[in-house]
Amino acid sequence: MTAPVTAASVALDGAVPTAAPVAEAEVFVPSRGFWGHVGHRLMRDPVAMAAGAVILAIVLVAIFAPWITPMDPYKGSMLRRLKPVGDATYWLGSDELGRDMISRLMVGARLSLFMGVTPVLIAFAIGSSIGILAGYVGGWTNTILMRTIDVFFAFPSVLLAIALSGALGAGIFNAIVSLTCVFVPQIARVAESVTTGIRRRDYIDAAKLSGASAFTIMRVQVLGNVVGPIFVYSTSLISVSMILASGLSFLGLGVRPPEPEWGLMLNTLRTAIYVNPMVAALPGLAIFIVSISFNLFSDGLRTAMEIRQ
Amino acid sequence: MTDTPAVMLRDLKVAFGKVQVVDGVDLTLERGQAMALIGESGSGKSVTLRAILRLFPEGRSRITGTVAVGGRDVLGLSKRELADYRGREVSMIFQEPLLAFDPVYTVGRQITEAILRHEGVSQAEARARALALFERVRIPSPERRLDNFPHEMSGGMRQRAMIALALACRPQVLLADEPTTALDATVQIQILLLLRELQRDLGLSIILVTHDLGAAVEVADRISVMYAGHIVETGSARQIVRDPHHPYTVGLLRSRAEGAMDRGGRLQTIPGSPPDLANRPAGCPFAPRCFLAEERCRRERPPLGAVGDGHQAACWRAEEAASAFKDGQIRGALESA
Amino acid sequence: MSVTTLSLPPSPALAQPLARAPVDPRDRGGPAQPLLSVSGLVKHFPVRKGSGPKQVVRAVDGVDFETLKGETLGIVGESGCGKSTTAKLLMGLIERDSGDLLFDGEAVGTRALPWRAYRRQVQMVFQDSYASLNPRMTVEASIAFGPKVNGVPGRQAVERARALLARVGLEPKRFAARYPHELSGGQRQRVNIARALALEPRLVLLDEAVSALDKSVEAQVLNLLLDLKAEFGLTYIFISHDLNVVRFISDRVMVMYLGRVAEIGPSDTVLAEPAHPYAHALLHAMPSLDPDNRTQEALLAGDPPNPIDPPSGCRFHPRCRLVAPVCSGKEPPLDAVGPAHRAACLARQPGSGHPDAPSVQAAA
Repeated sequence: MTAPVTAASVALDGAVPTAAPVAEAEVFVPSRGFWGHVGHRLMRDPVAMAAGAVILAIVLVAIFAPWITPMDPYKGSMLRRLKPVGDATYWLGSDELGRDMISRLMVGARLSLFMGVTPVLIAFAIGSSIGILAGYVGGWTNTILMRTIDVFFAFPSVLLAIALSGALGAGIFNAIVSLTCVFVPQIARVAESVTTGIRRRDYIDAAKLSGASAFTIMRVQVLGNVVGPIFVYSTSLISVSMILASGLSFLGLGVRPPEPEWGLMLNTLRTAIYVNPMVAALPGLAIFIVSISFNLFSDGLRTAMEIRQ
Repeated sequence: MTDTPAVMLRDLKVAFGKVQVVDGVDLTLERGQAMALIGESGSGKSVTLRAILRLFPEGRSRITGTVAVGGRDVLGLSKRELADYRGREVSMIFQEPLLAFDPVYTVGRQITEAILRHEGVSQAEARARALALFERVRIPSPERRLDNFPHEMSGGMRQRAMIALALACRPQVLLADEPTTALDATVQIQILLLLRELQRDLGLSIILVTHDLGAAVEVADRISVMYAGHIVETGSARQIVRDPHHPYTVGLLRSRAEGAMDRGGRLQTIPGSPPDLANRPAGCPFAPRCFLAEERCRRERPPLGAVGDGHQAACWRAEEAASAFKDGQIRGALESA
Repeated sequence: MSVTTLSLPPSPALAQPLARAPVDPRDRGGPAQPLLSVSGLVKHFPVRKGSGPKQVVRAVDGVDFETLKGETLGIVGESGCGKSTTAKLLMGLIERDSGDLLFDGEAVGTRALPWRAYRRQVQMVFQDSYASLNPRMTVEASIAFGPKVNGVPGRQAVERARALLARVGLEPKRFAARYPHELSGGQRQRVNIARALALEPRLVLLDEAVSALDKSVEAQVLNLLLDLKAEFGLTYIFISHDLNVVRFISDRVMVMYLGRVAEIGPSDTVLAEPAHPYAHALLHAMPSLDPDNRTQEALLAGDPPNPIDPPSGCRFHPRCRLVAPVCSGKEPPLDAVGPAHRAACLARQPGSGHPDAPSVQAAA
């Protein structure tokens, strides 16, 4: 077969401009970007939205607690101890020292959320850095970092948190430090595995060819692709962190009385479990609601991020 | 040879959700004939092929029209009849043989099981037939290769083994979906020649789906060109390559690098890209990219009309397209002389 | 991050930084000096196979060639011939075991021409148009990334990205803010080409850059590559398995087989009258477009062999139609068989001991 190139194309070239630009016919939907798409999909997930609403409500309550509590959460009354749930004055009853439960739960949300979120946030920053570095650089760096991290996995996280807290001594700061130490290895491992998954992609090679330093490539090219999965995993740790923090307080290693904190409240109320079980269970219920909300929300976020491209 | 064609499609339409991927395809494959269905990605060629085996999830696709294989209505088959029909009357080979095989069983075992499932023969007989098939598709040291796992074979050999599996139950019709696209050229030509040999020796009817005109010409007696869910031109391989009557076919032939006479010259291209099937233009789907398009083309979709003996094109200006192609050839020849 | 400026001063004018004088100010050795000379390039990959002896894949096993200024050198061969590994070695994406790269007369990786400076002049376009773009970055950001890390201020880098988008046929207004999954394969490959050009390279490696595209789109991109080459005075190394495309775009062709060069020469000669029996078989394997003249037999049987344990002597001898006893014992050198045309085949070399070899007198 022969096909013409020049003279014959005269007849065609009038109608067929071969040079750029190429008009590729299609209807273009304005780009939302990746996070735009995620947000859009998340909005249409009723479970995740409900969980998000619960979290938002509790955060708002925690922020405004000092101004909206019906009573003074610290002021007790020996006469009005362990009122039941549904009491005319104390809507959710009163604790073993006669303090208003609803006020204490509202104020307690502040410390409990703080203890749940802070260690995860710090661990997210540290763990992602370690994991991305190990995953991107690979080789010996990876081996050394990840094997060190593996040592932490030898211990159950509860035990590790208690051991570290015990060694550091009681107190909020030390509790946060020990919880952070518990989460860093877990987040680092996830970060390492997602980074390893993309380090051989052609676009990373292309970035290397542009002369970018390893740090720039990790910051600009890698981070955007791995931060999503790491973030989802981290949000699922918030509930774990809250429960562990409550546990530490329960053991006297975290928050100290009379500060209201859900774990600590659960601890002190346990003596009243036979007298007024409903009231004694309330702080546990609060922990349960918040942690399941975080879990449901992070599940929804993960689903929303699974966009086929 | 009987009168009923091996495969007959009439007004075949396949839709996934709101997207009409195949939009009214008529196609007749005579017994013992090899036909190539060529087109670009998204032209609907693979979907047309899969419709013959009804390889779509029931819920998400809608097939209408007629699919008749050996005179039998395929769309009316029950689940059981369908399972019997697949492999026994029509079977298919794919681009990626690893997907056709189960990685945990040997290739020989999978072929013998396919034979046993469809026919009441003894184990030994099935094995003997598997061996014969391996010889038939020219796998070297077939006895030993039967005991290989799929991953232990090289790409070309796996492709042959998949053809053997497809032929296990002596089907009349073989559907091939881009069977050589992933292969090296030196292996591709071997597989194409094998397909031709099987068609001749076993009297197979073959439909080969490919984007490569060269592969089509090597195997097919007839070629149908698909564009945006329609067959736009159909004819003998000679008619399509030497005397195309649809501007799209003309464009495909002209944009081929092997046709370019002088290196460094530009290739003639078809501008733009295929239409979005969810937003089909009214009229002829090729009109927005066509060098001959006029007002009527944007309004009315041309039907497939006869332009020669057994040669049809769906174009209002088929004659102009054909002469534009011939003009080009003459001028090109003069220029090179 | 170090701030190195590009060798050309970035200019705010759109067309300015892209336009280049016919004589490249970076040219050192003049037109006669090859842009890239490769000699003795070797890369072996170790493979662990159970408890067996340690084996190596001889992916690239002593490759020599030159790329002249302003030409397109096509590299062809079957899978496993080492063409893609060669590309990665040329880009330094994997480390070579041995061999020298000279870029315009300077050894790559030395103090005179560190990798970083070399890579700014040599860029690559990959086969998989989707995998080679960051799915979380807009195409504009992907293109501007290279100039930015090389010290071009952000705004100018983005301007350059938009100018390049326009140049490769993608209207910046419509396409700049899109993500890779919002583009077709052909559009993505145009973006990849724009990105490769953003650093104003002198040499562009195209590794199967059009192979995954539909034929009509492939032709558009080939035309674009030709235009860009003329406009920016580029040199191409074009790796492909498609001989028709290689014939169309290349000035010279190199045929590789099992990690070595089998033949190299002007594409008109190599792809019309190949000297090496392997090149001949490869050419013969291309499907015919003539229904009355279909291919009757395949010259090569079976699959390309594995480069783990290549045959002794000439690596092609077990599949060769010209095989003679001498072929299994003697490795053929890559010797001249015509003007600017070399082939590694004993049957073409006078005095090699091959029965088909031309006589020494005739050659002299």
